[in-house]
Amino acid sequence: MFWRMVRAALTRQRTSRVMIALTMTLGACVATAMLGVMFDVGDKVNAELKAYGANIVVQPKGAAVLTDLYDDAAALASTASLRESDLANIPTIFWAHNIVDFAPFLEHRVTLLTDDAGPSPPQATIVGTWFAHELMGAAGQHTTAGLISMRSWWQVDGGWIADQDEGLALVGANLADAAGIAIGDTLTVDGGQGRSRDLRVAGIIHSSGPESDQLVAPLSTVQALAGRAGEVGRVEVAALTTPDNDLARRAARNPESLSVSEMETWYCTAYASSIAYQLDEVLTDAVAKPVRQVTESEGSILAKTQLLMLLVTALSLAASALAIANLMTASVMERAPEIGLLKAVGARDGSVVGLILAEMGVTGLAGGALGYGLGLGFAQVIGHAVFGESIAVRPIVAASVVVLVGVVIVAGAIPSIRMLARLRPADVLHGR
Amino acid sequence: MTSIETAAPRPTEAPPLLSLRNVTKAYGSLKALDAVSMDVPAGEWLSIVGPSGSGKTTLMNIVGCLDRPTSGEVLLAGHSIAGLGGRALSDIRRTTVGLIFQKFHLIAHLNAVENVMVAQYYHSMPDEAEARAALDRVGLADRATHLPSQLSGGEQQRVCIARALINYPRLVLADEPTGNLDAANEHIVLELFRRLHEEGTTLIVVTHDPEVAREGGREIALDHGHVVREVHHG
Ligand SMILES: Nc1ncnc2c1ncn2[C@@H]1O[C@H](COP(=O)(O)OP(=O)(O)O)[C@@H](O)[C@H]1O
Ligand SMILES: [Mg+2]
Repeated sequence: MFWRMVRAALTRQRTSRVMIALTMTLGACVATAMLGVMFDVGDKVNAELKAYGANIVVQPKGAAVLTDLYDDAAALASTASLRESDLANIPTIFWAHNIVDFAPFLEHRVTLLTDDAGPSPPQATIVGTWFAHELMGAAGQHTTAGLISMRSWWQVDGGWIADQDEGLALVGANLADAAGIAIGDTLTVDGGQGRSRDLRVAGIIHSSGPESDQLVAPLSTVQALAGRAGEVGRVEVAALTTPDNDLARRAARNPESLSVSEMETWYCTAYASSIAYQLDEVLTDAVAKPVRQVTESEGSILAKTQLLMLLVTALSLAASALAIANLMTASVMERAPEIGLLKAVGARDGSVVGLILAEMGVTGLAGGALGYGLGLGFAQVIGHAVFGESIAVRPIVAASVVVLVGVVIVAGAIPSIRMLARLRPADVLHGR
Repeated sequence: MTSIETAAPRPTEAPPLLSLRNVTKAYGSLKALDAVSMDVPAGEWLSIVGPSGSGKTTLMNIVGCLDRPTSGEVLLAGHSIAGLGGRALSDIRRTTVGLIFQKFHLIAHLNAVENVMVAQYYHSMPDEAEARAALDRVGLADRATHLPSQLSGGEQQRVCIARALINYPRLVLADEPTGNLDAANEHIVLELFRRLHEEGTTLIVVTHDPEVAREGGREIALDHGHVVREVHHG
């Protein structure tokens, strides 16, 4: 009989029921989308932030010690080097999946012999690197590493070059202005000790970094100019990392100080320091260091973004609860004679409340389910609009939305329940 | 015909089913009922008459356990109900009283038999066969699955009566049951009441209609919350 009454009631008062369901739909939709994005946003925001550059820098052992000792020891360090052949090991480390990108760098001081060079021809630094280098990961997957994605914000007039374009180079905008270099020019670049090359200018780099005064060329070109075949001066790695905690900070100072189980936890968590440690393991005579400021700001921006989404979720659900409370109260008022009658034939307050709550629950859950479906779509819209990628909605989102919808229904029902309890059949049945 | 100023209880052998002693209901300074006393023996058909605003509905609400008096004593089937809480009142209402309204108060989205079953549901157990039998008794067997909006006023009132009777209440209260009905339907309803009376059910019927009032064995007139007249018929 109870459900017979609920079912019959659900088929009338359609407008107010549809309104309640729609309100719940909206609330659930926003909650699903926000929570879906929130739980998946960690990776997305990190991937976005990689545009700000590497968060781990690998240097040769000697160079690292010297840079630590003397602030300005970079020049001294230029002789120590990493092996280019080791770089193939990077996609094989435990946290390889978290390595978004990396690129080697080798710098060399060169003299530019242009046609109209005077008695003192201009000098500049040429940087050798990978642009888009194909590598094979441990699982046999292909990865591409290099500057084109690591410096995706560079504006390059004329376009990027490829790793095999050994006769081409890019020139920083400042340098091009100062030395009167234009796209299509051929520069004779002298690396000293009789090593020189003719390089055609394929593009001009517009950026605010040091590259504005530099030449950028494929790694092999610079290795030849510097006479350092197979050598690399520095590797920048962009990795998705977990924000540091106490354990990570202690480990970063000295991994040996950890207990075995702490070591295990640390190694298997994607802290910048544990990824750096794993890079050390696969690169000969290398020291990998997290670039701290970047890592920490990533974590805090992420936390703030997630907090914002939680707030939006909470506000939209609170708004839903308020709207539902209004609609419910209006509906109970409209049905006062019916409710009075139920009480008059002997229904206790509790039974009437149960009846109304059941009607409300069915309506709200239907709206909530619809909202969840829409929210999944909405999450994808946000994902594509904001991050250019799909959002993977996790099961915890469904669970949270079910709980939240329940809470909103109950919270929205409270004012009308109080009204129901106060309603006296004598007042409504004789039409006063 | 006797006419008296106050309704002094007449001595009866068995204890009355309903007994009011100095019942007063005040709304602010207005006394809707002012020190009303009366006894209703089991099996009586009592008519209550009086001008609009004289306190008839207020009296019915108190007797029907829908409302509490401001002061005075009400004994229903041996229980004092004047001081009871809402829950206890609803229990007595459910087990002892059947209510019939001028405006029927059927639930619009339930059909006739379901409207009867609602009263069964809150009393004990819904039993569709029994509910259909009750509709049959008021001549509505073929209307069981009609919604109230598909029934005439007289038919709706008969559903309301079937609902009031379904749990075999000892006391049936009807507040202007024929107020919204035409003469033909009024006769059908009165015929049902006569049958109830013959079966021994105690009936209190509020009415404006002198003809309806004369059907009762006794008629009490209220005015400004006082019992002003008591008439015995037949
Ligand atoms: N809830 C209430 N609040 C204030 N006054 C009321 C209330 N109910 C009834 N009254 C007043 O009590 C008097 C008796 O009302 P009622 O019992 O409904 O009269 P009747 O049914 O005889 O027409 C009227 O004057 C009415 O205005
Ligand atoms: Mg009245």
